[in-house]
Amino acid sequence: MTDQTVRSPQTVTRTPRTRAEGEEAYLEVSDLHVQFPTADGKVHAVQGLSYSLPLRRTLAIVGESGSGKSVSSMAILGLHDRKSTWISGSIKVGGKEVVGMSEKSLMSYRGADAAMIFQDPQSSLHPFFTIGDQIMESYRAHHNVSKRAAKARAVDMLGRVGIPNPSRRVDQYPHEFSGGMRQRAMIAMALVNDPKLLIADEPTTALDVTVQAQILDLISDLQRDFGSAVVFITHDLGVVAEIADDILVMYGGNAVEHGPVEKILGTPLHPYTWGLLESIPAVSGTPGPLHPIPGSPPSLLAMPTGCAFHPRCEFKDRVGGDLCRTLKPELISRTADQGRTSRCHLKEPDKVFETEVLPRLP
Amino acid sequence: MLFYILRRVLSAISVVIVTVVASFMLFFVAPTDPAGVICGPKCTPDRLADISRSLNLDQPAVEQIGLYFKGIVAGRDYSAGGVTRHCAAPCLGYSYILGVPVTDLLVKAVPVTLSIVFGGATIYLLFGVLIGTISARVRGTTLDKVSVGTSLVIGSIPYFIVALVIALYATFLPKSQYTSFFENPVQWASGMLAAWLCLGLTNSASYTRYSRASMIEALGQDFTRTARSKGISERRVVYRHGLRAAMTPVITIFGVDVAYQLVNTIFTERIFQLPGLGTRIINAFNQYDLPVLMGGVIVGATVLVVMNLVVDILYTVLDPRVRLG
Amino acid sequence: MTAATNTKSSGVKQVEGAPLLELEDVKMHFRTKGDGLLARGTKWVQAVDGVSLTVQPGETVGLVGESGCGKSTTARLITRLLEPTAGKIKYQGVDIAHMSERQLRPYRREIQLIFQDPYSSLNPRHTVGTIVGTALRTHGMVPKNGELSRVQELLEVVGLNPEHYNRYPHEFSGGQRQRIGIARALAARPKIIVADEPVSALDVSIQAQVMNLLENLRKELGIAFVFIAHDLGVVRHFCDRVAVMYLGRMVEEGPRDALYNEPQHPYTQALLSAVPDIAVVRGVPPKQRIRLVGDVPSPVDPPSGCRFRTRCWKAQDICATQDPALERKPVGETVVACHFAEPPVESIVAEVV
Repeated sequence: MTDQTVRSPQTVTRTPRTRAEGEEAYLEVSDLHVQFPTADGKVHAVQGLSYSLPLRRTLAIVGESGSGKSVSSMAILGLHDRKSTWISGSIKVGGKEVVGMSEKSLMSYRGADAAMIFQDPQSSLHPFFTIGDQIMESYRAHHNVSKRAAKARAVDMLGRVGIPNPSRRVDQYPHEFSGGMRQRAMIAMALVNDPKLLIADEPTTALDVTVQAQILDLISDLQRDFGSAVVFITHDLGVVAEIADDILVMYGGNAVEHGPVEKILGTPLHPYTWGLLESIPAVSGTPGPLHPIPGSPPSLLAMPTGCAFHPRCEFKDRVGGDLCRTLKPELISRTADQGRTSRCHLKEPDKVFETEVLPRLP
Repeated sequence: MLFYILRRVLSAISVVIVTVVASFMLFFVAPTDPAGVICGPKCTPDRLADISRSLNLDQPAVEQIGLYFKGIVAGRDYSAGGVTRHCAAPCLGYSYILGVPVTDLLVKAVPVTLSIVFGGATIYLLFGVLIGTISARVRGTTLDKVSVGTSLVIGSIPYFIVALVIALYATFLPKSQYTSFFENPVQWASGMLAAWLCLGLTNSASYTRYSRASMIEALGQDFTRTARSKGISERRVVYRHGLRAAMTPVITIFGVDVAYQLVNTIFTERIFQLPGLGTRIINAFNQYDLPVLMGGVIVGATVLVVMNLVVDILYTVLDPRVRLG
Repeated sequence: MTAATNTKSSGVKQVEGAPLLELEDVKMHFRTKGDGLLARGTKWVQAVDGVSLTVQPGETVGLVGESGCGKSTTARLITRLLEPTAGKIKYQGVDIAHMSERQLRPYRREIQLIFQDPYSSLNPRHTVGTIVGTALRTHGMVPKNGELSRVQELLEVVGLNPEHYNRYPHEFSGGQRQRIGIARALAARPKIIVADEPVSALDVSIQAQVMNLLENLRKELGIAFVFIAHDLGVVRHFCDRVAVMYLGRMVEEGPRDALYNEPQHPYTQALLSAVPDIAVVRGVPPKQRIRLVGDVPSPVDPPSGCRFRTRCWKAQDICATQDPALERKPVGETVVACHFAEPPVESIVAEVV
């Protein structure tokens, strides 16, 4: 052993997020419905979703497969095939109405006002074009510049997302990048036109945990620099806790709970959110038993009547008059706190959480 | 890359050599009687022995093969009845029936076959990919159904029937004949037109189906969604991003397919009376003209091996993920 | 065989007092083709390079690490789907590392594997009854007339409707399909199950259901598990002991609580600190995250000495020249392969209030 001093690791501590209140919404979704006609019947994937998001804020949309979280976000970019999708309601981005927008307007809107990063950077980048080509294409779609200028911009963006040696990497193909580097390149491509809205669809799910941490840091840093609004779709509540300001929990095509992260994850008011928290084994604290939600998520072809969650809900007997089975609850504030909403008939959900659910959280 | 190509060329050459040796054994060393064939029905034993000697048929098999290869590489001399003829390299021997060098026969026949196949292939590749791509874009519509249905119908008609129908009914087409491209390109093209149409029509059906399936797959990929999200035109999404990915498997099929077409043009050549390789080989087959058959085998094997090599190299150009080695 | 070796009627040999499973310096090197003229530039991918591990009967050992660390290859070695390049794989004291397929047969019954992907690991053309029944028949577990009732019993054990034995895999949801895979593994009455990412393809609520099922099976049937997962929370929940792998090597191994609360290897510390923790919303101050620089090096040409040194903030000259042994240090309960191992100065994982 040497007597050299052992260096300490390079560390990052994510600063608690500060909130600017009362800002005007940049993204405004109201009463959004998305339906797909299929051979087996009509799939009602999103059933009247409403939320709004100002600049510099991050909204996490959480849910399991089939909850409608990805479908609703694809609709923001107008990525659904017009012929096979039926969309109603309104999506306003920076004042522009996206629902029913012409193909031509969509072209100038996509990538410039709103951009998207996807779950699997491996399959989301074209394998036969270089990283530089793909970023340049995005840039030149919205800027009338020479190839040389676009390439300089691509190199610049790669540098900004933390890719070492960007002037060499720009000419490489996606398969020559590691998973984390590919996702960085995806982010560079999405941000090349300086969009005010970034939609990140499970951007770290396919990545290793140390790489995930790097990408989350990067997205936070870039959001601060670019001042954009971020919609972050994920199923990982730990990620939500670290990155988001607000959270929207979706179940069976509906928002079931919506509000600031520390409130929703600190004292959730919906039995589904409770079930999620009880299903996740923690990395700290005393390990306790898990209390999974029984049953499986509903089929979008045969949605339960009333509250979509009632077949799996252990609290439905507490609500009188068979209400859960017959009447779909509204998404409204259920407690004195007006800043949050939930979709559940249960009386005094905050007390139920404190006394019955909190003690058994893992 | 260079190492790779060199290695592939070496292995290609060895494949051809093995084919030559194998067919040589089959044709000459097996209990066949080439001398008897040349000698004809009114053969005397003396004459038979003379022919055998001039063809070196009295030598051991190894020596015969050695001489054959020497002929290919350096040329060789044949002496029969006191006359010695030099056969220049690459020498594949003399036709028993026609008495002319096999090399000369093949040199005349190969361009005909190449013209037929590459002309036809260009037509079916272009049409097939174009119709397939359009079909994939409008998937599920009437247009798509019509194009899929038509290609199914055409694809299920036997090739020779299509060829016969064209030969018999499409009389408005220029008369089918071969003129060298270098003599008169216009005449070359017009003489080939019927054959091209026939090949093109029948094969474009299957290329429509390949391209359509491949394109539908490409358009369903995540990178296509990424491309759309950038705000580029749908045309660019389809023809730059989709087509590029969709064409790689089609090109692979195409390369191998063309090689087989070259070896199997016999119907086309017969029906349109073009003096190509297929015709040459069938004639040789009927007449027991072993040297010509051998020549045909060598050309065929070489074509197959070369096309495979071309496809492999092309593949690495098309798909940067494929690393040579 | 030595006097202490018994052969049971099943054909499985056993050395008295030996652990259930023991890996001794197991290596698995895969060959890749080089670029040389005559394919002579062959390179070796050192997927697993010297892994030692002991599993006692009924014990649950977790293997964690990031993609490419060799944990899945280790799973395939234990189940002998791969033959190791070097080292010993001892099952009840008998080395099965190089056994022939014929010799392995009785061992295959006792060592079962559960796969990650419940979609591709079941034959879509076979009914659930056939899938589970084939496992019963292969290992001669029940007489012909008892097969159906045993299949139904197994379906019930894993929480499926026993009347659904004649359905096909596509008629089940992802979580149910994973249950079918578990029923198939249980059919052979194994002593050890190697589970390779058994819950990572499932939704959160379903994941917890399957984990509880596995936990019950472990308690009731006393089956030992080698549990491979990238989710550190899942591993912590399920395992008695945990081993951390990096680039084909084991860097730290020990009792669950010791490893999670007082990790000594810098990589373990970095890994644990990177896990996003939901506790921050409950008022816990955000933890310090150790940021690792660069990517994992290629297993074709791994760094000399300690494999983690290229990304390690503690690395000194000795790390490049001397390969640290996996050993117990004066402090701490884990065994660790690091020249500068020490428990973290402050807790890297946020305390729950």
